[in-house]
Amino acid sequence: MILVLMILSPIAGALVLGLFGHRKIAPVLNIAFSLLTFFLTLILGEEVSLHGPLIALDENLFADSFSSLFLVITGGVAATTSFFSLRYMTIEAAHGRLTPERTRLYLALYQIFVLTMIVVLASNNLGLLWVALEGATLATVLLVGWTRTPAAIKASWKYFILCGVGIAQALFGTILLYFASEKTLGPGGTALLLTHLETVKAQLEPTVMSLAFVFFVVGYGTKVGLVPLHNWLPDAHAEGPTPISAVLSGLLLNVALYAILRVKSLADGAIHSAMPSNLLMGFGLASVLLASISMWKRQDIKRLFAYSSIEHMGLATLAFGIGGPLATFAGLLHMTTHSLVKSAIFFAVGHIVQTSGSQKIPSIREVALRTPGLARALLAGGFAITGLPPFALFASELLIITEAVKRIPLAVPFLLLALFVTFGVLIFRILEISEGGPSLTAKPVSSLPKLTFFPIWIHLGLALILGTVFPATLYSAYQKALLVLGGPLGG
Amino acid sequence: MAASFVSPPTSPLVGFLGSALLLSSFAMLSMRRMASLVRIFALQGILLTLSTLSVALAAGEPHLLFSALFTLAFKVLLLPILLFRLLERLHIRGEVEVLLNVPVTMVAGLFVVVFSFALAAPISEMANTVSRGLIGVGLAALLLSFLMMITRRKAVTQVLGFLGMENALFFSAINATYGMPMVVELGVAFDVLVGTFVFGIFFFQIRETFESFDLKHMDNTPTE
Repeated sequence: MILVLMILSPIAGALVLGLFGHRKIAPVLNIAFSLLTFFLTLILGEEVSLHGPLIALDENLFADSFSSLFLVITGGVAATTSFFSLRYMTIEAAHGRLTPERTRLYLALYQIFVLTMIVVLASNNLGLLWVALEGATLATVLLVGWTRTPAAIKASWKYFILCGVGIAQALFGTILLYFASEKTLGPGGTALLLTHLETVKAQLEPTVMSLAFVFFVVGYGTKVGLVPLHNWLPDAHAEGPTPISAVLSGLLLNVALYAILRVKSLADGAIHSAMPSNLLMGFGLASVLLASISMWKRQDIKRLFAYSSIEHMGLATLAFGIGGPLATFAGLLHMTTHSLVKSAIFFAVGHIVQTSGSQKIPSIREVALRTPGLARALLAGGFAITGLPPFALFASELLIITEAVKRIPLAVPFLLLALFVTFGVLIFRILEISEGGPSLTAKPVSSLPKLTFFPIWIHLGLALILGTVFPATLYSAYQKALLVLGGPLGG
Repeated sequence: MAASFVSPPTSPLVGFLGSALLLSSFAMLSMRRMASLVRIFALQGILLTLSTLSVALAAGEPHLLFSALFTLAFKVLLLPILLFRLLERLHIRGEVEVLLNVPVTMVAGLFVVVFSFALAAPISEMANTVSRGLIGVGLAALLLSFLMMITRRKAVTQVLGFLGMENALFFSAINATYGMPMVVELGVAFDVLVGTFVFGIFFFQIRETFESFDLKHMDNTPTE
């Protein structure tokens, strides 16, 4: 019941905003619907943790402790981003860059985007999961090209084509999986249902499953932004409006990685070899290394943080490839914190870029100086994203490295080097911005109300809590998610 | 040219249609004019319909009849009509500009086909459908469309490559497993339809911004 309600909420949102999105009240309605969706995901998380997995709608919808964790994250970040959107869109409209009609399209597409991500996470049917993930691309592709500058259109075309090609590979993977499972589960609907597949995964044909898994990783990996399939990501993140950069980076990448993890669990059961893990480790390591090299000379602040997203998704993928309870826990924690911190950074960057009208680091220095609140937020976010204690990314990166030392010692020097490089580059750039240049014209402006900053500090505060106290309820939520993915942590 | 690679399937008609589909993928790869490309795409839709129909009859799977009907409506009528109207409204008549000349592309295509059949051979042995020899054809058609997207410069051609890919996937699903569950097939078709509309919107935006559909103008746009 709650599963269906949770999906109906963004559907209703999309319909209402599609009809009335041009009214003045619409951005507030967007917040209301996003909050409602978030509230429903929280109830769902509570239900799942109390009564175990839920199933609805002819077994097509399903939520266990693993998916409910990501549902709550998705609901939460989508809600805070809707607050940020309100502010962002108001300023855009004030600059005359936005007509009511285009606001309507933006808001409706935003709700559809949230809907597709929630359907991916709540889908028990791997075919529907594919449909929803492709839907997520379709919903965001017009949002990425929102500003209609040549660079933005180029970015969204690249995004569309590359993700379209990628996701076609994943559909071939789905066909192969269906081909393998149909033999044991029989033709018809149940052969693509995760819950049924999990019970028979040991009987699935290993050769077909290996091939299927490769197609899945290439397909969904394109959406995660794994190197060498990452080419669309920096452009899409840099050229889209900043609220969209925040949800693309903070949520969509997670959702795609979630899909890979679901398939990996099946492949592990069927193949009895280290191939799936090795494949993920290879992609993860390549992403971390290449992203750190690419960050070196970036002058565009959104592009810089887009490469940082590739790096962090690579780290999480590496962690899941290493496997075992500790590394898997680290991967989950890493994905959670990355969502929170990266979207917080994009909120701060969004305000800075909007005030200055540029994304180039030299020209936004002065703005940062004039709005010290934003500079402080960016500095804190920068410390959090580079993995400094006491933020939770420190804990997850430390865990990933210690597990890597045990499993793949030869790769550890490269990993450490890459982490040092990204740390150095990001801290250097952020200090450059937040300290500001010597400028005589700069004077503090206080046009930004306090309300602007609250999503940023909520996200960073949560990242801090996860890195320090880690409340017992959250801990048990992660433990239960780990149960789905293999085994719980000892102690 | 491809039929010799196919292990003889139970129904010769199914095998013949499969080979014809592979040929049409090659034809798409070699076409120089935009309108002929759309025509070949429609022809591929017809082949897909016939092949689905023949598998349905040979295997006695009635639900495939719906898939065939659906393919006819969607890929032979709706999408080509949409594409032709798009070409007309945007006044696209020109030639397809290629990155790699046609003979080289064809040779590359041949290698793709051999590779696909090698990859699909173990799967074909496990399949128990009447058309199992054609799984390799599906994979080959998928990769040929992929090749087309890589070697063509114009936005419209890339879209046709994209749609060709979807055809190949549908064909693979039919031949390996008698099609995916209905709800999935409908969902995929819905995505493709929405995707085509989004492509349409894109064409107008691209023309407005770059005054050309040649992606090289896009490539010259500085991003940083």
